[in-house]
Amino acid sequence: MSGESARKLGVIAAIWVLLLLVPVWMPLLGGYTALATRVLVLGLAAMSVNFLLGFTGVLSFGHAAWFGLGAYGCGLMLKFVALSTPLAIVGGVLLGGIMGALLGAFIVRRRGVYFAMVTIAFGQVFYYIAFQWSSLTGGDDGLRPFYRQPLHFGLFQIDILSDDRAFYYFVLFCFAIAVAVMGFILRSPFGRTMLAIRENERRARFLGLPVELHIWIAFTLSCFFAAYAGALYALVNNFADPLVLHYSQSGAFVVMAVMGGMRSFWGPLLGAALFVVLQDYLSSITVNWQIYIGVLFVVVVLFFPRGLLGVIGRKVS
Amino acid sequence: MSLLEVRNASKHFGNLIAIRDVSLKVEAGELRAIIGPNGAGKTTFFNLISGLFAPTRGSVWFEGQNVTAVPAHRRVRLGMARTFQITEIFPELSVRENLRIGAEIAKGYRLRPWLARSEAAAVARSVAEILALTGLESKAGRLVGELAHGDQRVAEIAMALTLEPRLLLLDEPTAGMGDQETYEITRLVHDLHREKSFTIVLIEHDMRVVFHLADRISVLDQGTLLAEGRPEEIAANAAVQAAYLGKAA
Repeated sequence: MSGESARKLGVIAAIWVLLLLVPVWMPLLGGYTALATRVLVLGLAAMSVNFLLGFTGVLSFGHAAWFGLGAYGCGLMLKFVALSTPLAIVGGVLLGGIMGALLGAFIVRRRGVYFAMVTIAFGQVFYYIAFQWSSLTGGDDGLRPFYRQPLHFGLFQIDILSDDRAFYYFVLFCFAIAVAVMGFILRSPFGRTMLAIRENERRARFLGLPVELHIWIAFTLSCFFAAYAGALYALVNNFADPLVLHYSQSGAFVVMAVMGGMRSFWGPLLGAALFVVLQDYLSSITVNWQIYIGVLFVVVVLFFPRGLLGVIGRKVS
Repeated sequence: MSLLEVRNASKHFGNLIAIRDVSLKVEAGELRAIIGPNGAGKTTFFNLISGLFAPTRGSVWFEGQNVTAVPAHRRVRLGMARTFQITEIFPELSVRENLRIGAEIAKGYRLRPWLARSEAAAVARSVAEILALTGLESKAGRLVGELAHGDQRVAEIAMALTLEPRLLLLDEPTAGMGDQETYEITRLVHDLHREKSFTIVLIEHDMRVVFHLADRISVLDQGTLLAEGRPEEIAANAAVQAAYLGKAA
């Protein structure tokens, strides 16, 4: 038992050391720091999807909606309201999270395929709103111009706009907060009720659990995480276009989560890393890069249903 | 006041009448067996009591309260716990985790982001007690899904016990078990009834088990209550014999 927890601690320490040293080892492998920043942000979004899929047993195919609302919320704050990076993030998180909470109330009674379908439908609604409401959102051209602002700390400030490395560490800091909160929730009594619902909804109900309420809370939390990732994504690009709201983006999150391993906490981050790196590399070679990711996805699902991290985890133990 | 009372309950599924005008009273401390041929409506009747669905007509009362419209999860909190004919557990969690979830819900901690040390200790204590009571201590760390069928059935009963129920509803506790397992679970149910004075209603096919355990027996046949009484009365009842042998009395 203590050997197992020591091993787990070691793995977590290794992950954080790896993440902290990205600006050192990334260029050696031919990558660049901004690529790692994207991995963190999309990884966080995939982890938010997995918070539902892997730990509550509920598949959302519309998380791009909350992610995209987070991005637009962040961009709109910077463009129209206040030139402050933290405030912009808060704006994005609130927009996506609160919308998710409201619409989630209509979704949580559905199960399985129906749940997935309704999440897609709600997601597409926001896509078309962003597409059509040009005066506010810039429509098809996307929301611009806005730029992430330096972080002010009284005596000094950090330039995260032109300094890639500083921005990476800022995003890593934001990522760490979200991941800590997520891990904390999953280890709480509430988190265990999520596992209970994933494992056996009927048993959960007959232990006295109001299952719909708990799914709604898990869904809402997940939307806040997704919106947070979306807000960071707007900062990464200094731009938000309707595609961040599109269901294909939702699909990408699900692919990342499943490819990386949906029963493992860190799996979606690995999935996102693979997705982003492959996309970056392949798209410079061919416009049909998605077909390669598609093939890889099919192979993983067919032969490693627990995802890449599931396989590694089994090898280690 | 009876602990559980069902008044003139009927349940229709379209044209099929699964339960027809059945009434039942169970007193506190009693062990009641519900028996009947396959398709008699026993599990449907259980589902009415536990709130999986509502009766088409009639009402269900628990401790003098009309619970007919009370949803299943709230009936659990009122003190009704049940098991299922096909074991319902959390297969990919350990036995201890399975019980811990039940204990945490029973103690009202289900929405908590964390527990105080004393609260966590209380949960651990009640889990340990139930592990000891059900003889699952040596398997506490194993995944429930990997246990033998008989142990899974016991684990499901153990989960129900974490809820500190005042009424325990067991749907065929010996289903699919060999002789040894049947013996062990019968002894467990017997101990729960005699030593821990749980009120228990169980559905059972194995007549040895029924006649060994039950204070009273209710016989369902084709959705109606055919007979009710002490085991020796039921054994001597001509209509019951006919229903089981499939012949006219």
